[in-house]
Amino acid sequence: MHIPDGLLSTPVWIATDGVSVAALGYSLKRVNKRLDPVKVPLMAVMAAFVFAAQMINIPIPGLPKVSGHPLGGLLTAVLLGPLEATLVMAAVFVVQALLFQDGGIVVMGANILNMGLAATLGAYAVYACLRRLSASPFVQSAAVFVAAWFSVFLGATLTATELWLSGTVPMSPAVLFGAMLTIHALIGIAEGVVTVAAVRVIAGSRPDLLSHLARPAPGGADTP
Amino acid sequence: MKLKLWHWILFAALLIAGALSPFASPFPDGLEHVAEALHFAHRGEGPPLLKSPLPDYALPFIHNERVATSLAGILGVLTMFGLVYGLGRLLASRGEADDR
Repeated sequence: MHIPDGLLSTPVWIATDGVSVAALGYSLKRVNKRLDPVKVPLMAVMAAFVFAAQMINIPIPGLPKVSGHPLGGLLTAVLLGPLEATLVMAAVFVVQALLFQDGGIVVMGANILNMGLAATLGAYAVYACLRRLSASPFVQSAAVFVAAWFSVFLGATLTATELWLSGTVPMSPAVLFGAMLTIHALIGIAEGVVTVAAVRVIAGSRPDLLSHLARPAPGGADTP
Repeated sequence: MKLKLWHWILFAALLIAGALSPFASPFPDGLEHVAEALHFAHRGEGPPLLKSPLPDYALPFIHNERVATSLAGILGVLTMFGLVYGLGRLLASRGEADDR
């Protein structure tokens, strides 16, 4: 879902760059005051892991000749906390664009906003609500699945909105949104499956890492 | 030395980027597919605004595509680790200084 340069109009990329810079500035300021040094290696390997996972395009059942790759935003937020996750995700998109030409330069803010900020924080908010429904392992996994699915769907919705506002697409908005949302609703299922598997592996080996989730959360998107 | 979770995650990242990425699906991703189907892909195919050293996860001087993707992946993983480790250290140490 990485937008290349040329697809967004100047006002749209300027606006999305502005929003991303402001949001990342806020994350940096908040994390700066409280980042536990013990968390630093985990943050670094999650950036490496998300980068690696995003290289793996898999065929999507039901969609011939289309592939999708994991985003990893919700997984990162569950492990590190949502604000830390936005920083990790942003770092991935910066390196992808600068080093590998994956995603454009002036639209970097849009890509960070869609997949790193909105998808990550939005999915974490959904997860934070759903996981309180019940402590049963099924509900906990279902919460991860639905939230991970939502991260892809929300990212696609924002991407389609930016393309539409840019006047890029020579079709009606219904066709654009229809195509983007149908395809990414299916790609989101893969995101859900992969994220549930990863969370279960980590919960099995290091339950203490997820222990912050067991505490009654004081609320808000920046809980742990 | 006992291996910690983060060692395993780094190991998994290196394995995925180094061994799995050359075999990833070559089909366009969701957005690329929509861009082709709705005839706006060409608008994103102009000359790059900034020349990346390793465009499209390949090393220009290695001709075997799979080897090139694998090495680009490993390079990317190490870059991510180094960059975010540095950033994290900066944020953590400042936090500690504030507490004292």
